[in-house]
Amino acid sequence: MPLNEELRQFVTDNFLFGRNSAGLADHDSFLDKGIIDSTGVLELVAFLEQRYGIHMQDHDLLPENLDSIDNLARFVGSKLPRN
Amino acid sequence: MCGIAGVITAGGETASPEVLSGMIRMIRHRGPDESGVHVEPGVGLGHARLSIIDLAGGRQPMHNEDSSLWIAFNGEIFNYLELREDLIKKGHVFATNSDTEVILHLYEEKGADCVTYLNGQWAFAIWDRNRRRLFLSRDRLGVRPLFYTWAGKNLVFGSEIKALFVYPGVTRDLDLNGLDEIFTYWCCVPPRTAFRGILELPPGNSMIVEAGKATVRPYWDLEYEDDRGAVNAVKETEYAEQLLDLLIDATRIRLRADVPVGAYLSGGLDSTLTTALIRRFTNNRLRSFSVSFEDAEFDESPYQREAVRFLDTDHQEVRCTAAQIGALLPEVVWHTEKPILRTAPAPLYLLSKLVRDSGYKVVITGEGSDEILGGYDIFKEAKIRRFWRAQPDSRIRPLLLRRLYPYLEKIRDQPDAYRKAFFHVQVDPALEAFFSHVPRWQLTAKLKSFFSDSVHAELGADTSYAAISAALPQRYASWRSFCQAQYLETKYLLPGYILSSQGDRVAMAHGVEGRFPFLDYRVVEFASKLPVSLKMKVLDEKYLLRRCARNLVPTSVQARHKQPYRAPEGSSLLHAAAGGYVEDLLSPARIRRDGIFDAQSVEKLLAKFRRGAAIGVKDNMSLVGIVSTQLLLHQYIHHFDCKGIAYAA
Repeated sequence: MPLNEELRQFVTDNFLFGRNSAGLADHDSFLDKGIIDSTGVLELVAFLEQRYGIHMQDHDLLPENLDSIDNLARFVGSKLPRN
Repeated sequence: MCGIAGVITAGGETASPEVLSGMIRMIRHRGPDESGVHVEPGVGLGHARLSIIDLAGGRQPMHNEDSSLWIAFNGEIFNYLELREDLIKKGHVFATNSDTEVILHLYEEKGADCVTYLNGQWAFAIWDRNRRRLFLSRDRLGVRPLFYTWAGKNLVFGSEIKALFVYPGVTRDLDLNGLDEIFTYWCCVPPRTAFRGILELPPGNSMIVEAGKATVRPYWDLEYEDDRGAVNAVKETEYAEQLLDLLIDATRIRLRADVPVGAYLSGGLDSTLTTALIRRFTNNRLRSFSVSFEDAEFDESPYQREAVRFLDTDHQEVRCTAAQIGALLPEVVWHTEKPILRTAPAPLYLLSKLVRDSGYKVVITGEGSDEILGGYDIFKEAKIRRFWRAQPDSRIRPLLLRRLYPYLEKIRDQPDAYRKAFFHVQVDPALEAFFSHVPRWQLTAKLKSFFSDSVHAELGADTSYAAISAALPQRYASWRSFCQAQYLETKYLLPGYILSSQGDRVAMAHGVEGRFPFLDYRVVEFASKLPVSLKMKVLDEKYLLRRCARNLVPTSVQARHKQPYRAPEGSSLLHAAAGGYVEDLLSPARIRRDGIFDAQSVEKLLAKFRRGAAIGVKDNMSLVGIVSTQLLLHQYIHHFDCKGIAYAA
């Protein structure tokens, strides 16, 4: 599954519980849309660490990296080993 | 403390004693000691009694000398001795030593205004035969419940909704707007309840029913006229002395009972202080009770033990497990009669059972202090958010948020950028009146994403908090923001959740009466005039109360940060030992049949819990809210059993 799709699937299942997925654009801000609650970001970090083997540093925990499917894909892509 | 039920018939026909007995049977847990019914043309009154004052003479329904007035009363009038003395001076002759009879004579003397003289917690009905009038009243802050509905032209009322459902012609349906309010504010906005057509008499209101018409009138409301003058050391000392004097007297009159009075001891400042004040008035050994948790995140037992040592009480605790909470939730929801978003009522249900099993039926507790004296974190949070908003680019101001919620590890770990977003430093200007509560309400309202499409379609989208907006008093706008936040907590969450789902309903389930010195109206009115800076000094919550408590409670209890009472949440419902009812209630077929929630979303939520990934507040509130709503449908809509409790899934 392409990275964007996989991330979308995680966000849809975990934060939207299958609802409104069609209304979520890749560039939509999770914060602005109220998709991620106060602890949702911790769930997101746990998923990224577990699924992609990324070790998140404190300075990585920024909306620029985590606040939309586009931002997530860009961030995860930059952390994954290049073939 | 007791349960009441009754009916006033528009055509003047005599109510059926069998029906009234059936209504009373449904709430017999509130008053297991005796029961009684009175019927006559036009009216029927029923009563289930928990004997506390005048054990021999206080039988109800009770009448006056010439039987022109009849009363069914649930509650306590703590100043009944003083009122009785005054009434005797005015020529009234008493047949009993009960507080119930005092209300009757006071009504003879003052009519509907009688309630303004009462210091207590009550829900009562007086049938005034000569005027063909029913007078119903509920205490100022909503300690005791009172519901009513119309069955055709007959008005039916009772302490609990389940009693109303016994009356022929009263229909049982969920009120989707009530559900919408609970999934926003945690409670309904009175008079609405979770059931369509069933209304609650709001706290501080009385109702007169005559000639087939009901008129509801407030006789008391919260009023904030905080002292805005400078507070010097002398003035502060005066305030502290006055507050302590009032609390001492509020506690003293709450010890009036012909049965022994015990105390809840949570380990926090409020109940430790009320227990300390009880110790001043009794040489007998004082019994105290608490709940502790196997999970250290929720457990306060080290503080409880310290308070017990310091106050030298005979203490008993019940240790609550996650599995017990899961297993008890069906019984708890049967008693709360509304969906709940937290499991916190369940351990308190266990605690009241411990009290009852120990032979006690009255306890003094510390509820109300956080609302009236500024203890909740929501007040502190709003203060920091306002401070930050004044300089939104400040890098220092948001750091204060780290001082909030030190007991909630997961929030503490959040990155700053997210914490800023969550705490809504900016709110929509149209919602400025609710600045303090917008983060909580918006978070809770997200739970509504689980509603089915048909429920969404019926409710529409309301983000303006119209129900509360419409009910705000005109003077609200003139109050300080701190007082506005206090008002919202005291007016809505206190009666709608704290005193009901965590208070009356789970205590009375086992025939246990709570008494609340902080909710003595004299204390409440005094606190509402205090300078705001004495409630929260900078960020020190309940500043003046802490000062009062010096030397009366252990230093560690005095100094500890306010820890709201919480209990293990969603995962407890799925515990292997909880009984498995959740799987049944939340099965896709069941969810689709009931139609309130979206089956696919619920399935995904359950899956998230099963893989241990549900760690957030929202997920936990969602599961508890969905399960308790499904339980309510099961117990009250689909399988309501008039003969007794039916709660098994």
